[in-house]
Order: sequence, then C-alpha cells, then structure tokens
Amino acid sequence: MIEIKNLHASVNGKEILKGINLKVNAGEVHAIMGPNGSGKSTLAQVLSGHPAYQVTQGEVIFEGQDLLDMEPEVRAHAGVFLAFQYPVEIPGVSNSYFLKAGLNEIRKSRGQEELDSFQFLKLLKEKMKVVEMDPSFINRPVNEGFSGGEKKRNEILQMAVLEPKLAILDETDSGLDIDALKIVSAGVNKLKSPANATIVVTHYQRLLNYIVPDFVHVLVHGRIVKSGGKELALELEANGYDFIREEMLQSA
Amino acid sequence: MSESIEELVSQEYKYGFTTDIETDTIPPGLNEDVVRLISKKKNEPEWLTDWRLKAFRLWQTMEEPRWPNLKYAKIDYQSVSYYSAPKQAKKLNSLDEVDPILLETYEKLGISLTEQKRLSGVAVDAVFDSVSVATTFKETLKEKGIIFCSFSEAVQEHPDLIKKYLGSVVPYSDNYYAALNSAVFSDGSFCYIPKGVRCPMELSTYFRINASNTGQFERTLIVAEEGAYVSYLEGCTAPMRDEHQLHAAVVELVAMDNAEVKYSTVQNWYAGDKDGKGGIYNFVTKRGKCAGVNSKISWTQVETGSAITWKYPSVILQGDNSIGEFYSVAVVNNRQDADTGTKMLHIGKNTRSTIVSKGISAGRGNNTYRGLVSIGKNATGSRNYTQCDSMLIGNKCSANTFPYIEVKNSSSSVEHEASTSKIGEDQIFYCKQRGINTENAISMIINGFAKEVFKNLPMEFAVEAQKLLGISLEGSVG
Repeated sequence: MIEIKNLHASVNGKEILKGINLKVNAGEVHAIMGPNGSGKSTLAQVLSGHPAYQVTQGEVIFEGQDLLDMEPEVRAHAGVFLAFQYPVEIPGVSNSYFLKAGLNEIRKSRGQEELDSFQFLKLLKEKMKVVEMDPSFINRPVNEGFSGGEKKRNEILQMAVLEPKLAILDETDSGLDIDALKIVSAGVNKLKSPANATIVVTHYQRLLNYIVPDFVHVLVHGRIVKSGGKELALELEANGYDFIREEMLQSA
Repeated sequence: MSESIEELVSQEYKYGFTTDIETDTIPPGLNEDVVRLISKKKNEPEWLTDWRLKAFRLWQTMEEPRWPNLKYAKIDYQSVSYYSAPKQAKKLNSLDEVDPILLETYEKLGISLTEQKRLSGVAVDAVFDSVSVATTFKETLKEKGIIFCSFSEAVQEHPDLIKKYLGSVVPYSDNYYAALNSAVFSDGSFCYIPKGVRCPMELSTYFRINASNTGQFERTLIVAEEGAYVSYLEGCTAPMRDEHQLHAAVVELVAMDNAEVKYSTVQNWYAGDKDGKGGIYNFVTKRGKCAGVNSKISWTQVETGSAITWKYPSVILQGDNSIGEFYSVAVVNNRQDADTGTKMLHIGKNTRSTIVSKGISAGRGNNTYRGLVSIGKNATGSRNYTQCDSMLIGNKCSANTFPYIEVKNSSSSVEHEASTSKIGEDQIFYCKQRGINTENAISMIINGFAKEVFKNLPMEFAVEAQKLLGISLEGSVG
C-alpha cells in the first residue's frame, strides 16, 4: 500500500527525519514507537503533507503514486487519513457540515455521487455508534469546547465516515482515560479490514494492548533503529527506550 | 498551493464595469449656486432649498473629523461633481419606459428590475448615480398603504411626511458628512409603513455609482408607524476607477410604539486595487430612533468593499422597553481601511441593546471597531451585551477595538466580550487533510466566524453575503 524510501525531512532547516524506510501492506497494522523528539509525529505530518515540513530526500509511493507530489487534500482523496494529535477547533462550523463537506469532496474526486443531507445524516448517526458519541455532537462546532477525549473520539468518528485506505493515528492515546481508550481502540478495530492499513504512532505500549500491531518499529533520532513483532512493544515497556540506546551504542 | 492562490488573487472585482450612458452632470465644484441648482433640478419646495442652504453654510464652518483610525489623502471637495443623472424621459409611468441600457446594467449586477424580482418578491428601488431610476412593486404596496418610492418623488408627493421626519434623527448639524449630504443629497429611498401594517415583502434599494468624478449622496428615510414592521435591504456596487470616489449617505429610521425596522446592508463598493489605487471613500451616517415604547431597530451589515469606511449605524433607545441591535461583519483586504461600529444610546427605561461585531483583516487591511454604549440617568433597568471578535489572516494586517462605555445609573448592566484570533495554517491544513481545498477551507472558517451575523440576514441576502465574503478573501492566505 505504502512504501517509504530513505525519507528525509526538516522543519525550519532542522533535519528531523534522517532516512526512514518502511513498507506497509494492506491489512497490516504497524506501530511506530519511540522516545519524545524522535520524529514520530513528524513522520505522520509529512505523510499527510503538512506545509511546515520540507522533504529534502527520498520518496513515498502510495498505491503506485508519488505521494509527496500531492496536495494534502489530494492525499485525502486518495485515501490517506491522519488522526491528529491535537485536533484543531473551527468555531461556528458544525461537525456535520464539516464532515459532509470533506466526505463529498472525497466522493467527488472518485467520481461517486455526493451524499445529500439526509443520506449523510443517516451515515453519520451509524458511525457515531461505532465510537459511542452522543448525537448532540452532530451540530456542535468542530472540536470547540470538546474535552481532550471527545476530540480524539471525534477524530475516529471522522475516520469512520471517510473510510480511508491508510489511517495514521498520531498519539491517539494521549489524554485519554482508560474507558475512552477502550472505546477509541474498539472503534479503530471495527474499521479494520483486509483492504486497509493502519499506522499507529505512540509513545506508550498501553494503546497496543487494544490495537494489536502486526509490526512494531522503534524510531530514534529520525531513524528506525529496530523492527519486530508485537512482542517488541512489550520489551520496550519492560526496559524503556534506554535499552535500545544501549544496543545502538554497543553495535556502534 | 501557491499557484492557485496567485490565480485567486488576480480575480477581479466583478461589478467593475461602467455603463456608457448619456448623463446630465453638473460640473465639479460646490457653492451655494450648486446647492440651489440641485434643488431646482428636483423642483423642490422653498423650505427644502433653505434647509439645504443652512446645511451648506454650516458645513463650510465645519472641520473634517480627524479622529478616525483611517489614512487617506485630503479630499478636494471642489473637484467632485455633485449631481449626475442619466438622461431619460422626464416622467416614467412604468418600467417599460426606463432606458434599456440602465435595465441591462442592473441585470448585469444580478438585480433584475423586471421579471425575476417579481417572482422572488422583493421590491426594489434602483439608484443610479444621483437619481432613482426605477421602483418596482409600487402598486402592490400601495394597496396596503405602504409608500415606497424615490426620495425625490416623496418630496413631491408626500411633502408633509418629508418635512416632519427629514433630519429628525440625523440633523444636518450632526457631523461633517451629514451636513454635506444635507446640502447636496440628490436622491435615495423613502419608505413609510402605516399603523399596524406588516410589510409583506422585503424592500430593497440598490445603489450604483457609475459616472466618474462624481460623488453619491443619497438619503434614505424609513418610518414605521405604531405596530408596523418592515425589513429593508440595501446593496451597493461601483465601477473600477483609478481615482477615489466619494460616497456620503445619510440613513434615518424611525420606529413608533411597538414598531420594528430591520435594516440590512451588503456593502460592496469598489475597494481599490491591491496597491490601494482607486476605490470608494464611504462616509455614512446611519441612525435609527426607537421613538415609541417596545419598538425595535436592528442593523445588520456586511461590509466588504470601499477603500475607506467610516460608518456607525446607531440606535437612539428613547421609548421604554425598546430594543436596539447591531450585527456587523467588516472585511478588509489589500489596502482597505475600515473604522466602523455603532452607538447605542439608552434613554428610556428597560431598554436593551445587543452588539455583535466581527472584524476580518487580511492583506494590509486595517480594521477598527469603535462603539459607544451610553446608558442615561433615567434609563433604569437597561442592558447591553457587546461582543467584538477580530480575525486576522496573514501578518501584515491589523485589528483594533475602541469600546466606549458610559453608565449613569446603578440598575443597568453592560457586558463586553472581545476576542482576537488568527486563521492559522493548522486550521487550513486540518480541513485539507479531510479533503477540503484551501479556498473552501477559508470560506468555511470565515463563514463559521461570521455565522452569528449572517443568521440575522434575510435568507436570500445571507447566501449572497457568504459568497461575497469568499470572493473578498480569496487568495489572502498563503
């Protein structure tokens, strides 16, 4: 589905990603773990096309296309979705209006018919059940006055409605209590299919108890230094990131 | 991304065309003879000529206000022509007699004076340069006793009403521009709703400045008698010209006991180009008087045009329990300057006012909110709520808020809330990540910001205003 080759990216002239290589196939869940400042979130932002980051080297092929050449909205049309670590508030614009606009743009780009308000509302209500969201959120302004947990849940709701091929979850567990974590994870799991893939970016192993990855990659200083199965996450949990650093030092 | 923005920036003001029509224009310059000539051309009674002259004499002694937060070159009032009228047959009995070129102009502006408007049920008075060229639906309104006609016609047909109300809310001595307007005003709209009548349709005036070097000085007077209701819309455009054009209007509203007047404006005068060349200088005095008990006056404005805007639609809350409202969206882009706001003067008991001002600044625009809430000694139990929000787009624009509050009794309350926000790259990126392109994202964010004001506009106007906002700001985020 997506292949990242030797990706380098910087922000304000400072290089954050220093040669990332990663291949994700349909049906797989990959976890990207790493200490603070290792470049995890940068990777998520670069893949979705945030203008603050400059790609200086490398390429990303998504479904046979050059992803880095696409505008962020074109990436969304192609099926890339980012669940934001810090979802943005848009005062005065209702959740349903916002999401309907997004969905219809995506449908249009694929030559599908746009949904009218009734069809959309029906779909939205169905999807809200997946993340156990109260219907009052339909008409509330996008993320305005939402608690941290509600914002994260709203991200997963958007993902459920937009049905991306590749979902990137950026620290979706941060700021969630255990109940919310369970609901959000259950939502993500319900949306999983052999046709789509998920990249879970997280600092803690906790989330991976609920969203079980097929592969775990450890990112340190802008490079993937270790890859493995889901047991790698447990190892990290037990030993902290220091043991990786030590391993790196020894091998150096 | 930058390519599409370039494209959008270069989008031109779509009402900037000129109409080639023969006009009857007084040469530039202003003196007592010009004032008399305007009055004579309009066949006015002597009292009105005298009123104009008194205004003119006072104006000559007055100083142009320097307190607004506006920057513009000194205006040479002697270089402006104070009267320009399309030449046409003297007396018009029906729309069929209006010069087809004029009708075509209004069609081009999307204001049909003929068929379509009849279907949509909005009565229109069209003012072209200095005179009213057509008023639709007059007969239908007449059946209800409603008078809706050009100001000049009202002077001829209803002189008593004009004499009674002209200057009763905005006296000619009120301010510099009001005095100038009183001396040289050429036309405008007059509207009178008799006791107990609810006007069955929206009334609308469409102002168009066409001739070059011409000022437009219109006067609108709306009177709602006891228990009457009217909703009034005003729209304005002008051609793109390299020189600045002067527009100094006066609008007076009167609401008697239990009457309600709702006045909505979409101001889209030419704003000048991106370097500040050309554009309308808009100096307007708008004021309503809630003369009766339980009366209500509501101003809603969407200001997107003009190079310079100086405008404070106000309400005098004289009747007990009367209500004044001001909802405003003011947008400045490129080199535009706006100093706008309102005055709520609480005189009667238990009077209430609401002010919601949304300022949007982009480009090198400079947006100022200036408001006065004054609650008098006898206005016991009165309340005001003010909300001033500013949104900045880019980092070369500015927003200012100057609220003045005076409360002279202890049983009244005043609330003031203000906020400033920046439309950020992150908001736009969030929308884009959900599949929405930059243009639509900006329009969505801006419309969300201004929603509280838009919901007060009549439906048809709200849609137009939303589109207009999109156009004015296109390409301002890079």
